[in-house]
Amino acid sequence: MLAKRIIPCLDVRDGKVVKGVNFEGIREVGDPVECAAEYNKQGADEIVFYDITASHEGRGVMLDVVRETAKRVFVPLTVGGGIKTVDDIRETLRAGADKVSVNSQAVKNPQLIKDGADIFGSQCICVGIDAKKTPAGNWTVYINGGRIDMQLDLLDWVRQIEQLGAGEICLNSIDTDGVKGGFDLPMLKAVVDAVSIPVIASGGAGKLGDFAEAFEKTDCSAALAASLFHFRELTVQQVKDDCRSKGIIVR
Amino acid sequence: MIAIVDYGAGNIFSVKNALDYLGMESKLTDNPAELEAADEVILPGVGAFPAAMKMLEAKGLATVLKEQAQKKPLLGICLGMQMLLEKSYEFEECAGLGLIPGTVERMDAPGLIIPHMGWNKLEMGIPCPLLRNLPAESYVYFVHSYAARNCENALAAWVEYGGKVPAMVYDGGHVFGAQFHPEKSGEVGLQILRNFGGLV
Repeated sequence: MLAKRIIPCLDVRDGKVVKGVNFEGIREVGDPVECAAEYNKQGADEIVFYDITASHEGRGVMLDVVRETAKRVFVPLTVGGGIKTVDDIRETLRAGADKVSVNSQAVKNPQLIKDGADIFGSQCICVGIDAKKTPAGNWTVYINGGRIDMQLDLLDWVRQIEQLGAGEICLNSIDTDGVKGGFDLPMLKAVVDAVSIPVIASGGAGKLGDFAEAFEKTDCSAALAASLFHFRELTVQQVKDDCRSKGIIVR
Repeated sequence: MIAIVDYGAGNIFSVKNALDYLGMESKLTDNPAELEAADEVILPGVGAFPAAMKMLEAKGLATVLKEQAQKKPLLGICLGMQMLLEKSYEFEECAGLGLIPGTVERMDAPGLIIPHMGWNKLEMGIPCPLLRNLPAESYVYFVHSYAARNCENALAAWVEYGGKVPAMVYDGGHVFGAQFHPEKSGEVGLQILRNFGGLV
C-alpha cells in the first residue's frame, strides 16, 4: 500500500526562497538548495519548487537550483511555475526534476497537458490548480497566482485534466492558503471523488493535526505545505509521527 | 568503475548524481568496450519496453549485456529491470534480455490507480546482498504501470499494491533488478546502491 506523502513546497523567486500569505506580502528567506537538503533530512517524501519569478532570466536561475538540488537530494523533485511549452517541460526534466507542475498555462492551453503526458509520460505531469469558492457554492479556477477568475468550474476542469493524461493534481485553495486554519476539506473531497488520479492537498495547513485530518477525511494522496515547514513551526518528521500515531501509513 | 548504460532513454542523470554523491566512480556510456572494461553495470530506463529493447539492440548492447552479466554485477532499474526478464507484453509481445525468468505485464486490479506511483514498503523474499543493512521498515519510490510476473524463484522483495508486486529480482548470481528507483528512494535507496558498489 502506498504511503501518504508529506511534501514541503519552496516558493522561489530569483533563486531565493520566499513565502507569500494569500499570494501577497511576499517575504524572502533562504537558499533553496539548502532548504531542500534540510527537508530531505527531515524525511520529506518529495520536494516541490515553485518558481514565482516567471521571467525568462528567472527560469535559468531556477534550472540551476534544480541541477544543484538533484546532486544532493535523492527523493522526487517537482518544479512548477512559468512552464509554458513542451520545451520548458523537457529542459526542466533534463535539469533533474522528476515531475513538472503546470498551472495557469494548462488552463490557457490544455493541450500542453496532453502533449506533455504523451511525450514524457503521465507520471511527469502534475497539474496545479488555484481555486476559490463562489457565492453559488461551487468552486472556480483562478490563474496568474490567484489573480484572475477564469469562471471555469473546478470539477469540470479536474475531469478534463484527467482525460488529457495528467498524472496528478495539486489542489490549492485560495480561501485557506496562508490562513493556517487547515486544508479546505470540502473542496478537497469534491475533487478526490471526481477523479481517480492522485490529489495533493495544498493551502491552509497551520498545525500538526491538519495533515492527519486531510488523510482521515478525504482520500487525498499527499499533503503539501510551505510556510509551516519553512518557518520551522513544524518539521516533516513531526507531521509524520502524528500521522503514524493515528494509524495513517507514512514512510 | 560502474558503467551506466546510456542508450537514449530516461533520466539517467539522477542515477549518476546518486553514485557521485556516494563517491562511487561511474560513467555514462553506450560503448560495448566500456561495458566490458567496467567492474559493474547499471541499466537504467524510463519509457516503453519495445522501444528501449530496440535501442539496446541497435547499439549492439543487448548481446554485450548478456555476456557481461555472466562476469560482473548488473543492476537493472525500473524499465532496466523489466528488460532483464524474458519477455514483455507492453504494446506488443517483445523479447527481453532473458537473464531472469519471468514476464512483464500491465498492472491491473479493480479500483487500482495506475501508474503505481509513490512510496511503498518492501517485503523481503529470497536473500539478496543488495537488501542488506536496511531498516526493518524500508520504503522505496515507484513509478510504473507494468510489473514483473512469473518470477517467484527470483523474488528478493515485493510490495503490496493490488496484490504482490515484484520490487527486486535477483538471479542468485550477478544479476539484480529493482522495479523502484533507488536513486529517488532517499537513504534506503542510497544504501541499496552502496551495497551494489560493495559487491566488487
